[in-house]
Amino acid sequence: MLEIKNLHASVGGKPILNGVDLAVAPGEVHAVMGPNGSGKSTLSYVLSGRDGYEVSDGSVLFKGGNLLDLDPEERAAAGLFLAFQYPVEIPGVTNMTFLKHALNGLKVQRGEEELDAMQFLKLVRQKAKALGMSDDMLKRAVNVGFSGGEKKRNEILQMAVLEPAFAVLDETDSGLDIDALKIVADGVNALRGPARSMLVITHYQRLLDYIVPDRVHVLAGGRIVTSGGKELALQLEDEGYGAFAARAA
Amino acid sequence: MATLVPIDGPAANPDWLSGWRAGPGNGTAAAPDWLPPVRAEAAGRFAARGLPNRRIEDWRYTNLAQLTGLELDWAPAPAEVAKESLPALVFGREADCRLVLVNGQVRPALSAVPALPEGTILTSLAEALATGHPGVADLLRERVTVDDGALKALNDSWLEDGYVLIVPEDVTVDLPIEILSVGTGGALPPAYQPRNLIIAGARSRVTVVEHHVGLCIGGYFANVVTDVAAGPEAIVRHCKVQDESKEAIHVALLDATLGRDAMFDSFCFTLGGRISRNELRVSLDGPGAHCRLNGAYLVGGHQHCDHTTAVDHAAPETHSDQLYKGVLDGRARAVFQGKVVVRQDAQQVEGHQMSRALLLSETSEVNTKPELFIHADDVQCSHGATAGDLDAEALFYLRSRGVPEGQARQLLVEAFLNEAIDAVALAGMRLPLEQNVARWMGERPQPTP
Ligand SMILES: Nc1ncnc2c1ncn2[C@@H]1O[C@H](COP(=O)(O)OP(=O)(O)OP(=O)(O)O)[C@@H](O)[C@H]1O
Ligand SMILES: [Mg+2]
Repeated sequence: MLEIKNLHASVGGKPILNGVDLAVAPGEVHAVMGPNGSGKSTLSYVLSGRDGYEVSDGSVLFKGGNLLDLDPEERAAAGLFLAFQYPVEIPGVTNMTFLKHALNGLKVQRGEEELDAMQFLKLVRQKAKALGMSDDMLKRAVNVGFSGGEKKRNEILQMAVLEPAFAVLDETDSGLDIDALKIVADGVNALRGPARSMLVITHYQRLLDYIVPDRVHVLAGGRIVTSGGKELALQLEDEGYGAFAARAA
Repeated sequence: MATLVPIDGPAANPDWLSGWRAGPGNGTAAAPDWLPPVRAEAAGRFAARGLPNRRIEDWRYTNLAQLTGLELDWAPAPAEVAKESLPALVFGREADCRLVLVNGQVRPALSAVPALPEGTILTSLAEALATGHPGVADLLRERVTVDDGALKALNDSWLEDGYVLIVPEDVTVDLPIEILSVGTGGALPPAYQPRNLIIAGARSRVTVVEHHVGLCIGGYFANVVTDVAAGPEAIVRHCKVQDESKEAIHVALLDATLGRDAMFDSFCFTLGGRISRNELRVSLDGPGAHCRLNGAYLVGGHQHCDHTTAVDHAAPETHSDQLYKGVLDGRARAVFQGKVVVRQDAQQVEGHQMSRALLLSETSEVNTKPELFIHADDVQCSHGATAGDLDAEALFYLRSRGVPEGQARQLLVEAFLNEAIDAVALAGMRLPLEQNVARWMGERPQPTP
């Protein structure tokens, strides 16, 4: 589904990704772990097409097409979704309005019929309820005044409504209390299926107890330095990143 | 150095004031005896000053020199306007109440005024002068002699027509009263100077929606003055959509006095005009009086828009709140000047103002000038200004969720401007604002990549 080959990228002239290789097959969940500043969020932004990230080498194939040629909204329409490490506040735009424009934006781009107001409302209410989010939160401006945990939950709500084929979750677990972590993980697991894949970026093994990954990768110094099964996460938690970072150097 | 008066000055077009000098008089209704001398006095005031120039502090950022290059038709013949060519009501079609002015003159045949609550009067100034309505004469005679700048003097010198709205004590007018002002082109650009009056009795409530449009491509000069007198505990809402032709020069002064515990809300949405100025002067004369002056503007190309306010806290416990938000593109320029005066004995006063602008192009510019004159000590006043581009992170966030770029920008612009509406709770303005944002963003020339 997603195939990253020898990806080099820099931000503001500073090289951050130095040859990332990573392939995720349909239905698989991969975890990416790695020290602070190793380039995990940079990878997620490069995948979603944020301005200011210069790809100098390598390629990313998504469902067989060249992902890097697409605008951010086209990537979304192709089925890519990024749950932001730091969700953005948008004063003056309610969560409902945001979701409606997003969902209908995807549908129009895909040549599908837009949902009418009633269908949309029903869909969002149902998804919000499953995530324990109140109607009041849907009427508030996107992420404005939301607590850290509420923002993360809001990212998962967007994912649940938009039903992407490939989701990148950038530290969606940080800032969540234990109950919220469980709810968010349930939300993520509900989306798992043979046609959907995920890349879960996290610092904590705990999340991987709930969202069990098929593969775990360690990103250090802008490259994948080790990959393994889910037991790798446990090993990392014991040893720390030091050993791996040394290997990357 | 554009010296405009005397009119035979070297830089001035000798023709531009010639029509004005002839004065009004071909109006259909008879003028009361007191009027001609008042007009003549005002004409003298204007002639002594000439058009405001940029050496005058209040006009530092807005240049009207362009006017002197124009030969204007000061007494345009009534233009043919078909009812079908008029725009829809600003607040939607369901209840029709609209007085239509063409080139500053009320046109009953184009208007639709239903029965209003007992004692409420909505009519033309020409009619009110002819019938000698005492309230109208009293307020006008008091206001006409106030020396408040050259353009007001020009308007004073021409007192002839405009709209008059009188709401008696304790009366609530539920229906928004819409005033449609249409400018038309002509062989010579028309110049017109409506004088409007809103008199709201004690405890009355009324909402006025002024819609200014141009039914032509060419230019004209509109010099509008509106006098508002709000009695104790009256609530007056004044909402204005300025969508004049892109070549028009639109200058408007609204002068409001508020009695005890009265409230005045103003919302001005500026879209049109080559050069426009919306000036508000509010005197909070009675204790507890309160005003909210808000505005939103969308300007591009070579448009210049100016929002100037002056709030006089003349009594204790008076409040004023101002929020102006605008979006600029192309080589557009916007001006916000806000003056707040707190008089010596006006304690427990609050006065806040904020100006925020979104600059969508590098060549657009906004000038902000707050002025606070505070002579009392128990006072809370604040002012602020920001100017910047659309939030790039919010734009990326929306796009990453599948919202196409153009739509995402539109949504952010709408959200930005909506705040100015929310603050005056004129929910009826939301739809017109959204529609205009959509239209404006759609027509906006795409920046070359
Ligand atoms: N705009 C920028 N200009 C310069 N350097 C940047 C910029 N953005 C990110 N960086 C740098 O790129 C490196 C990688 O950052 P990134 O956010 O991808 O790390 P991360 O692995 O997600 O870290 P964390 O675990 O703390 O979230 C960091 O050293 C960061 O300072
Ligand atoms: Mg990160």
